[in-house]
Formats: sequence, structure tokens, C-alpha cells
Amino acid sequence: MNLFIEPIIADAMPAGWLWELDGWIIAAGVLCAVASSLLGNFLVLRRMSMLGDAVSHAVLPGLAAAFLITGSRHSLPMFLGAAIVGVLTALLTQWVRGFGKVDEGASMGVVFTTLFALGLVMIVRAADSVDLDPGCVLYGAIEFTPLDTLDVLGFDIPRVVVILSVVTLVNLLFVVLLFKELKLASFDPALADSMGIHSNWIHYSLMTLVAITAVASFESVGNILVVAMFVVPASTALMLTDRLPVMIVISAAVAVLSAVIGHWAAITIPNWFGYASSSTAGMMALTTGVLFALAVIFSPKNGLLIMFSRRFQLELGILGDDVLAYLYRLEEKGTAEAITDRQIREELLGSRFAISMVMWWYKLTNQLQGDHTGYRLTDAGRTSAASLVRSHRLWEQYLVDQAGVASDRIHGQAERLEHFTDRKFRDELDRQTSFPSSDPHGSPIPAEQSTEQSIESQKPI
Amino acid sequence: MTAVKTTIALVDMPIVFAMQWNDWSRVFLLQDYNTRVVVLATTLLGLAAGLVGSFTLLRKRALLGDALSHATLPGIGLAFLLAPTWGLDGKSLAVLLSGAAISGLVGTASIIAIRNLTKLKEDAALGIVLSVFFGGGLVVLGIAQQRPEGHAAGLESFIYGKTASIIAQDGWWIAATAGCTIAILSLFYKELKLLCFDEGFASSRGYPIVGLDILLMATVVIVTIVGLQAVGLVLMIALLVIPAAASRFWTSNMRRMTLLSAALGAGSCMAGSLVSALLPDLPSGALIVLVSASAFAFSMFFGQERGVIARYWRRMGMQQRLDRRYLMRGLYELLEPSFAMAATPESGAAATNMWIPTKQLLATRTWPILRFSREINRLKRDGFIRARDGEIALTATGLLEAKRFTREHRLWELYLITHADVAAERVDRDAERIEDCLEPIMIHELESLLNETHTDPRLPVSPHQIELPSTLQASAVPVSNQTKKGAPQ
Repeated sequence: MNLFIEPIIADAMPAGWLWELDGWIIAAGVLCAVASSLLGNFLVLRRMSMLGDAVSHAVLPGLAAAFLITGSRHSLPMFLGAAIVGVLTALLTQWVRGFGKVDEGASMGVVFTTLFALGLVMIVRAADSVDLDPGCVLYGAIEFTPLDTLDVLGFDIPRVVVILSVVTLVNLLFVVLLFKELKLASFDPALADSMGIHSNWIHYSLMTLVAITAVASFESVGNILVVAMFVVPASTALMLTDRLPVMIVISAAVAVLSAVIGHWAAITIPNWFGYASSSTAGMMALTTGVLFALAVIFSPKNGLLIMFSRRFQLELGILGDDVLAYLYRLEEKGTAEAITDRQIREELLGSRFAISMVMWWYKLTNQLQGDHTGYRLTDAGRTSAASLVRSHRLWEQYLVDQAGVASDRIHGQAERLEHFTDRKFRDELDRQTSFPSSDPHGSPIPAEQSTEQSIESQKPI
Repeated sequence: MTAVKTTIALVDMPIVFAMQWNDWSRVFLLQDYNTRVVVLATTLLGLAAGLVGSFTLLRKRALLGDALSHATLPGIGLAFLLAPTWGLDGKSLAVLLSGAAISGLVGTASIIAIRNLTKLKEDAALGIVLSVFFGGGLVVLGIAQQRPEGHAAGLESFIYGKTASIIAQDGWWIAATAGCTIAILSLFYKELKLLCFDEGFASSRGYPIVGLDILLMATVVIVTIVGLQAVGLVLMIALLVIPAAASRFWTSNMRRMTLLSAALGAGSCMAGSLVSALLPDLPSGALIVLVSASAFAFSMFFGQERGVIARYWRRMGMQQRLDRRYLMRGLYELLEPSFAMAATPESGAAATNMWIPTKQLLATRTWPILRFSREINRLKRDGFIRARDGEIALTATGLLEAKRFTREHRLWELYLITHADVAAERVDRDAERIEDCLEPIMIHELESLLNETHTDPRLPVSPHQIELPSTLQASAVPVSNQTKKGAPQ
């Protein structure tokens, strides 16, 4: 890959946006991103995410061999050599893993570093007379895209775009036409085999396409982009959905977005700090990372935010129940004065914020009256509290009566179960324990007060 | 440095002999200052990487070094860019290394966070951190090289390495790192071992799992970063993975494996850099990788514990033991009807005179003829059977052995039927799988469970019908009366 943008780019890309240049760069980025992300879904599902990285390091001997054999840096032999070694990387990894019983990651590490070293030695041998620098010549840079054009049907189209279009089309056809087979072979190879789908063939054609895509991409746009696009869009999509077709569509969309935003950001953001544009491929990779982070945080299904808010909501609901039941029990004992915020905090060990949320909600729904210096149950509040306490004590009775739990161990369990017990459930417990009037500790079981089916609707929030 | 001479074996001989003797001795006696620095530095690095690598390998995180070494790039670039604002020198090694260490640690934290907080697996976490951080690093370096102070000089060596031009300063860094690594790993050896093999047990014993994990990862980060700027990215990955993976073939003892891995790492580095000192136009990093890869290939085939050949022999030995069992029992069961008819069923002399056509025995097994005749020959060699033209008979020792095998098989069959509720027609296969593993104490237990006594000369009757070849069932006469021409129809 080319780390340093050549001066020519500084000339080619002034402050303004030139569609005839930037448009093609974005097109190349989008094509590479989509081609890789289509296959990437299956790599991520098969836990082979690191294959793109391995292939990108390992193709060196293929390039060197092609150069040594043909003696030229013509792109077709180079491409063939690299693609062959790319497939070989996948096969060798598989072989070392199966034959030597080495774990997947380690066998990949052994194979690609060895191939890379082999390539390095071959190149040094070959490059005595010719300029063949592994750092610059073998890996293209996406910024060079508009410079090398082909004449296609009378239009001047960059060679890179033509190549990547073909690769994208092939990958798309592969994924669409063999969708059922790929899906089966990824999730359940044994079932696939038993249904007459050769999961091995599917596997090897996937590996071949991965190698070809990787080689075609980093020959033209640099390797970091393809390594990122194999893993990150698919992982992002996996955070957002559980369905494979949806996942593939989302991953392609993420790929397109990151290519477009990435190029824009590469030109714009360094400007804010007074620098000229930076690496487009790097920025595209970074952008997928940002999109991934957003998906991890905000995914409506598995996102951290929704996970934490669900947990918090549940916590509040349970805390609210406990507050009502606590007040009810105090009333039962004949405590005359109202209960302060502080007493509740000390008794129920809730955080100040959570307790004030709960109190605010109960006052809003008219289940409590008073303020932080002293709270009392309203009639409505007393009704729901009675249902809770009834659930609690019925459970205690049931645990002793029907489940044979020792009476000193029932409180904790009843404490957990009471929050998830509705009217129907209570009636059943009542019936099973032959309509008791007091629990095993001797406290009276309040009469059924709830008029509707569920107490869930009265929980805060 | 006489030990160095032993590494000559790993060197490409013809090339070495083509060299002049004084070139040769100069390199191997480390008379050149540069050679001395390079060889010693890489050897120490190989030692440290081999040590750490064996822990990460056992923790199934072999490619952690890969992800981490890519993840250091943004830190290096940012350190270079931001150092002047704090009045530091952006090109000083200490500043760059601290930047690398910080971003390496952030990368590690991201890997752990992705794995623990999302449903993504380890490999995806590694791939994401690797590519996104490296992409970020490219962006930062793209900016850094626009700075007036040099072409961000030296930053790219973090990626490609500069093994042949390691200077004494790098050497000291490496030595210090190696020392730290050895100290940390030997101090926490027991805890880390537990972490690698049984995380759940370790946490139940009250060990701080997360703390130990971070300690191990931090060691990897330090070794990776120091090695990265000395030898480059790919070589660093190789040093973390290959020696550890190779030493796993030789032993299942963790202490031995760790030491072996360290020795392999050190040895490969020493050999590789010595060869590159002899052949200056070959990159030493690549040579080191190739030397350790050959060590890996050698270990994969010849490793004592898990090597391919060792595993093959072990499997073959097991197969032979089983084959012997199956054939001897088959022979016994073929003879069994004749024993029943003979007047003195258990008299050894009569039994050893009953001849069975070899083909009848072959018919009890669906084996290729080669496997069958090989085992027959082995039985003959060990004196368990006698053979004459197309027929075989048990010897006295063979009879005892065959009886024992049959007895163990049937005991297990009976056990399966009476105590495990397995249908009688299925026990034969199940018993074949286990019978070789039955130890005397197990046999004894089976006997007492099934009320069989060892002193009872009769075998338990087979609980299922034994499929005898049709020829034998038709002619229920003692086989010993058959003449040579009585070949099966």
C-alpha cells in the first residue's frame, strides 16, 4: 500500500471538488467496498474474518514469481500470480489446521508470514536490476484511479473502475445465484452435504473469490481498504439484523456510505487543521469503523444503548414495586408518620436518581402523595401495593406448601417472583395453596384488589 | 559464542562454503560491531516473543499480535504530530514508542469490548480493530508527512522494519523489554497458566481474571511495539506465532513448551540474522521468518507429541492392537461350535488341532486383504497361530489370548444389555469400540456386576447371534477333520 500521497495528488486535487477526478475515486472506492463486503458477510459468519488480512500479506510471492517468469510488470501475469497465491493461502491455512491440528488463527499466522517472507526474498533477488519496491509498486493507491484510463465504448473510464466493476458483478452473481447454498454451507455444512450441496466446493469457490477480490482491490486501491471492507460492514450489519438477506443488503449499504463519506472526509477534515488532504483509503476504513461504532451503540436490537436502557427500565420497575410494598408494610405495622426519601434510600439501597425517578412517576400517576420530606400511599397506590404484597405472600405460601422449601429460605425467592406475577397467576397460586389467609410467617395475605388482568401496566415507565 | 556454531546446520550449505573463510569466521565470531548488535538484538527479541507467544497461542489468540501491531500505527503518527505541542521531540524513539503503546492498549481494550459487549466473535473483533486502526494510522501519517520536519522520517520503518540497520539504542530497548517480559512471565507463571487452561477454575479460586488478562495483553503490546520498530510488522507477527505453534508439536507440558518456544524464537532469529550477515543482499527479517517456518514445518512432521508422524504411529499402534483383538476373537468364535461338539471342549490339545480355512476368518471382517494378511503374519510371528497351506490354527498361548479377548468383549456386551439397556443386536459394535480400553480392574468390576467368576472356565455365552460364514454353519463337523482341499465353497 502506498502510505504517502504522492505530490501529483496535491496538484490533481485542489481545494475544490472535481467530479471528473473525485467521482472516479469514489466510484473505485464504492466498487471495492461493495465487492468485498458482499463476500465479507460469509467470512464473518464462518469466523474467517482475518483471511483478507492474511491474503493481503501473503500474495507477495505470487507477484514476485509472475515478475520473475515474465520479466515484466504487466498487470495480467501479476494479477494471476497474486490470485493463485491468494487461493493457496486459504488452502494452506486449511491444510495446516487440519493436518497439523493447529488452531485456525495460528495456522493463518504461520502461513501468511512465511509466504510474505518468501516473497520478500524473491523480490530482492529479482529487483537487483529493476525497480520493484514492495512498498510502492505492488500496491496501488486509490488516489491514482483517474490517471490510468481505458477506452470503453467510446468513454474514457479508469482501468481500476472497469476491473472492480467486473469483480463486483461476479461477486454479486455468486452471492445471489448461490444464496441458498452459501447460507446452508455457512450455517450447517453437514446438513448442506446431506442435501447434496457440496459445502467444500462452495467453501473453495468463496475462498477463490475472496483472493481475487483482494488482489484486484489492492492492486488498484491499496490493501487496507479491502481488509477493512471484508470485516467491518458485515460486522456492522450483524449488529443490526439477524436475517442473512437483510444483513447482506445492510453491509453493502454501509460499504457505499463509508466509501463516499470516507473520500469526502479525507479531503475536508485535514483542512480544518490546516493540512492538505490525507489518505482516502485510510479514511474510508476509518469511516466504516465509525459506522460500526454507531451500530454497536445505537442498534435498535443489540445496541449498547438499548441494552442498558432496558436494564435500567427493569431496575426502575422493580425498585418502584419495592417502594410501594415497603410503604404498604409500614402502614400495616401501624407506622403513623410519612416516609422520607432518605429512609427509602437506606432501606432499598437504590441510587438517589433512580428513587427520585420512581417517586416522580408515582406522584404523576397519583399513587403517592407528599414530597421528599414524607410520602404516603394514596388509595390507588395502596391497591397496587396490596396486589404486590399479595403476590409475595402467596408465593411464600406456595413455596412452603407445594414446593417444600424451608420457610427461612422463601423470602428471597418470593421477592424475585412477585414482580412478574399477574392477576391470573395469583388466582392460580391462591387455588393451589387452598385459599390461605396468612403466609408462613403469619402475616395476613391481602385480599385480591386488582380489577384488571395485569399489574404490569402500573409499573413506572 | 561457541554455541553460535551449532546454528550452521540451518544455513544453506553451498552458499556458506562458497564464502571465504575469513568472512565466515568474522560473522560467526561476531567480530563486526553491527553484526553483533543485530544478532544479539534479534535473538533477545525472538526469545521474548517466543515466551509471550506461547501464552497467546494457548489462549487461542495467536493473531492478537497481528491486530496489535497494526493498531499501533495511529499512536505513532499522533505522537509525532502532537509531541511538539508538549515541547517534546516528535522524532525521539521514547515518544513514538509511548504513542504506539497507548494506541496498542486502546486497540486491545477495543478487542475485549467488542468481544464482551456484542455478539461478534474473536476473529471479527481482531479484524475490525486491525483494519480500522490501521486506516486511521494511514490518515494520520498522511497528515504527518506534510509537516516540514523531514518526510516523517523513520515512521515507515515501523511497518517495514529495518532489521539490518538495528542500532545499539534499539538493542538496549529490546534487552530491557526481554528482561521485563521474562520477569513478568516467570513471576506470574502459575496464574497465567491457569488463565490459559481453565479460566473458570481460575476465577473460582479468586484469581483476578481481567487483571491477569490485561497483564498478559500488556506484555504482548510491549514486546510487539519494541519489536515492531526494530524488525517490522510481518516479522513481529511471525515471531509471536511461529515458534509457539512449532513448540506445541513437541510437548504437552506448558513449562517445557514455553521454554522451547523461547529457544526456537531465539534460535531462528540468531540463525536468520547470521545468514543475512553472510548474504547481505537478502533481507534479514525475511530470512528469520523462513528459518522459523522451516523449524515449524520440521516440528509439524517430527514433533514428539503432536507431530503428524507421531500421531500417525500412535494411531497405527492402536489400530494394530484392535485388529489383533478382532481377528483372535473371530477365530475363537469360528472354533466355538466345534468346542461344543468335542468331548473335552476345553482341552488345549484338541483346540490347537482344529484348523480353520483362512478365507473363513477373512469372511468375518470386511477388511481389505492386505490389512488382513498383515495381521495374520504378525500373529504368526508372535506365536499365537500356526499356519499351513490356506489354513490356520491357534497355538496354546493363542488360545488363551483369544479366550481372554472374547471374554472381555462379551462381558462388556452383557454389561451394556443388563445395565445400559442397549438392544442386543447393537452391542457388538459398541463393545468393539470399548473393549481395548478395559483394564484388569474394570474387568474385575464387570465380573462382579454380572456375577461372572474369573475361575469359571466357560465363557459367557454371546448375547447375540454370531454371524458365522455359511460354510461353517452348513458343516458343523470339527474343522480339524477337513483336509487341505476342503476349501470353502
